Amino acid sequence: MIEVKSLSKTFTTKSGTHEVLSGIDLHVADGQIYGIIGPSGAGKSTLVRCINLLERPTSGSVVIDGVDVTGFSDKQVRELRSGIGMIFQDFNLFAQRTVLENVMFPLEIAHDPRVAREQRAHALLDLVGLADKAGSYPAQLSGGQQQRVAIARALANKPSILLCDEATSALDTISTLSTLKLLKRINRELGVTLVVITHSMSVIEAICENVSVVADGHVIEHGTVRDIFAHPQNEITRQLLGKVSWDD
Amino acid sequence: MTSAIGAFWAQYGSLLVTGTVATLEMTIISTLFSYVIGIPLGVLVTVTAHGSLTPHPILNAVVVWFVNIVRSIPFIILLVALMPVTRVVMGTASGVAGATFPLVIAAAPFVARMVEQSLQEVRPGVVEAAQAFGASNAQIVWKVLLHEALPSIVRGVLITFITLFGYVAMAGAVGAGGLGDIALRYGYYRYQDTVMVVTLVILVVLVQIAQSIGDAIAKRVDKRSSLAQ
Repeated sequence: MIEVKSLSKTFTTKSGTHEVLSGIDLHVADGQIYGIIGPSGAGKSTLVRCINLLERPTSGSVVIDGVDVTGFSDKQVRELRSGIGMIFQDFNLFAQRTVLENVMFPLEIAHDPRVAREQRAHALLDLVGLADKAGSYPAQLSGGQQQRVAIARALANKPSILLCDEATSALDTISTLSTLKLLKRINRELGVTLVVITHSMSVIEAICENVSVVADGHVIEHGTVRDIFAHPQNEITRQLLGKVSWDD
Repeated sequence: MTSAIGAFWAQYGSLLVTGTVATLEMTIISTLFSYVIGIPLGVLVTVTAHGSLTPHPILNAVVVWFVNIVRSIPFIILLVALMPVTRVVMGTASGVAGATFPLVIAAAPFVARMVEQSLQEVRPGVVEAAQAFGASNAQIVWKVLLHEALPSIVRGVLITFITLFGYVAMAGAVGAGGLGDIALRYGYYRYQDTVMVVTLVILVVLVQIAQSIGDAIAKRVDKRSSLAQ
């Protein structure tokens, strides 16, 4: 379970302070696929990075499985992160490592024995349907294949949570669909809780049960996907849904 | 013609072989040691930079300052200026041993800069991914930054090697031995044009060989292209 309580994040630059997130509350139950949607620059990526503390919140708290992790030391944060997988828009695979070595990386970090690492990585490549690409390098794969490798890598440590930051934004329609199917299967078969960041309503519609709409650093609306789609309360939500008034 | 070559070889053969060996020896040893010092310096500059793994403005400024100062001294001046230090450290300021020390001092900051540039080529997203999997800073330096930057670092080694090859010839001017020394003594002071030309040909051939070997290695370790093997 992930609880975010009145979380704020302020960045200080030479040109002054900039509040990216303000008073954010989120509640993600175990086993959910939770969507966070909003226009570009709304603070979604910063919000998801607060969950695994890649960004430290300025105020408020992040509670994971009942433990407030906000004040964790660097060492505790590293342990926490090994239980939270993450995938990215640009995949962020290691170009100088083979597909198999990429998937083994989190296990290498955790000092697992080599034989166990290889077994686990092969099993994961099987799961994402890329067993035959174990010896290839990322540059030799398509975007969709690279994201599947990234998913396998994110699952290596058997995380209970998987953070997906615009995971399909760089993919074509067909790869997007197969990636979303894979994510849904991972949620159902492995019971992994998914937090899905996107600017695309179709992604939310395809796999999410609950959704928060984030705009300008605030949660402007949240609820079940069905309710939000049927009765959007906020103008920005209506725009994200494509319900635009063309007459004004 | 054949007898002329034979006579030339009889007279200068062993001199040129010794000179070639000394030049290669100095270049290889100084390249090696400049990396032993340059890699940690380059890593230090990179990780202490603003917004990097462990930002440390003061330490960063000190290292960058040191690197820039040494880099702004022309090698031939550094070579002479360092002589007293070289005598203390190496026991002599001449020969292969005497040349290696100033070569390393001159090249290490250069290497640090190149290593820094190579490490900066690593995409921040890849570092972030490693952090998201719980990697420590030490693990990120070893397993991500240096590992991902390897093709670029290898190309840097080649540039350093060829640059030092030129520096070694300059060191020859102050009695370090090697091909530069031979070219100067025989070609410049004794007007033995043939010796100078042959020395130059050897230098050019060696650089070409080094470039080819280096390119082949760089290509082999580079997995970033879709045509990687």
